Amino acid sequence: MTTVSLTVNGQSVTADVDPRTLLVQFLRDNLRLTGTHVGCDTSQCGACVVHLNGHAVKSCTVLAVQADSSVVTTIEGIAEGGELHPMQAAFREHHGLQCGYCTPGMIMSAIDIVNRKGHALDEQTIRAELEGNLCRCTGYHNIVKAVAAGAQGMAQSLLRQAAE
Amino acid sequence: MYAFEYHRPTSVKEAASLAGGAEDAKFLAGGHTLLPTMKLRLAGPANLIDLGQIAELRGIERSGSAVTIGAMMKHAEVATSAEVKEAIPALAEMAELIGDPHVRNRGTIGGSIANNDPSADYPAACLALNATIVTNQRKVAADDFFQGIFTTALEEGEIITRVSFPIPSQAAYAKFRNPASRYALVGVFVAKHADGVRVAVTGAGSNGVFRVPEMEKALSGSFTPDALNGIAVPQDRMNSDIHADAAYRAHLVGVMARRAVQAAAARG
Repeated sequence: MTTVSLTVNGQSVTADVDPRTLLVQFLRDNLRLTGTHVGCDTSQCGACVVHLNGHAVKSCTVLAVQADSSVVTTIEGIAEGGELHPMQAAFREHHGLQCGYCTPGMIMSAIDIVNRKGHALDEQTIRAELEGNLCRCTGYHNIVKAVAAGAQGMAQSLLRQAAE
Repeated sequence: MYAFEYHRPTSVKEAASLAGGAEDAKFLAGGHTLLPTMKLRLAGPANLIDLGQIAELRGIERSGSAVTIGAMMKHAEVATSAEVKEAIPALAEMAELIGDPHVRNRGTIGGSIANNDPSADYPAACLALNATIVTNQRKVAADDFFQGIFTTALEEGEIITRVSFPIPSQAAYAKFRNPASRYALVGVFVAKHADGVRVAVTGAGSNGVFRVPEMEKALSGSFTPDALNGIAVPQDRMNSDIHADAAYRAHLVGVMARRAVQAAAARG
């Protein structure tokens, strides 16, 4: 067993894990944060995307022990004060999901896209940047709309915070 | 995944000494090839030595005529590096074409080069740019480093520390991606140096990355797509699989080489 200490959604966590434990297994099985999904388990589909030190990664292809001393944010960690994150709200508003399986990964990727590319995202940029996330239901149209709207929503949320 | 013992050294020296003292050890860089391989039980090292906490393996430096990149620098870091974009934009663009954004946030230059996947992008960049691969023991020219599919000059326990790329006068990379895996079906990196042009091809060769001397000679005379007229790579050296047969890959080498020359020339 190897000891791993990290911060998950703002909380410090320390645990002894078998070194072969994947970060996604650690999140789901040890911490019971089951919002992060396992789709393909081969780093292709993006259902398991979380933020590791602020960057989107596929948590099925990271060992929990590699995340030692890191800061991890999952889908459970983005809503604030009982209010959906603007990107979550946009996915609901624009019907950016059907079965919902890929949605946590889509939303974590979408927030990462905004962090890297800014709030004014055109369709082409969104489609290109979502290449690591697969959805088998929607045909992507509403997801793309949701990401564009969520990016705007994040900008407005920042403005509101600045005004307060 | 088979069980293994995990080690997290904080210096190259410590990593090398761990590898020397441990049986059946493997180094873990970004893990985006090794971990999937271990999940499939195609690899099952008894000891896994994680290079992720070694500060001396990081950093990007421009010094005079070369850009030197630490082995643990991630693809996303190379793609967005101001130094790389200014000195060798073709290299930053190549890094941006690897995998998807999540993969680029984990995969590293050192891991890619040490693995030498026959469809990986970095080996073509290293060969065309005449890079020097620096290890904890020596410096190896790219021409001597890549020795066939998944085979390199690295000895047991040897660690890539950095890769030094001479700055070319013009360069570009043209990649025909497999749309599912995003690996190169064929990728051609073309670089014009003071002493001639180098052309390196990945994805196509049945024995991994290779140079094309006929193209290099023609392009050293005239750095234009038309200089490649009539030059074909032999089909019997091409990889053939469900994605593309040898004839198609051989054809694509010519097409991608032209596109690379065109893009490099357009950059001026």
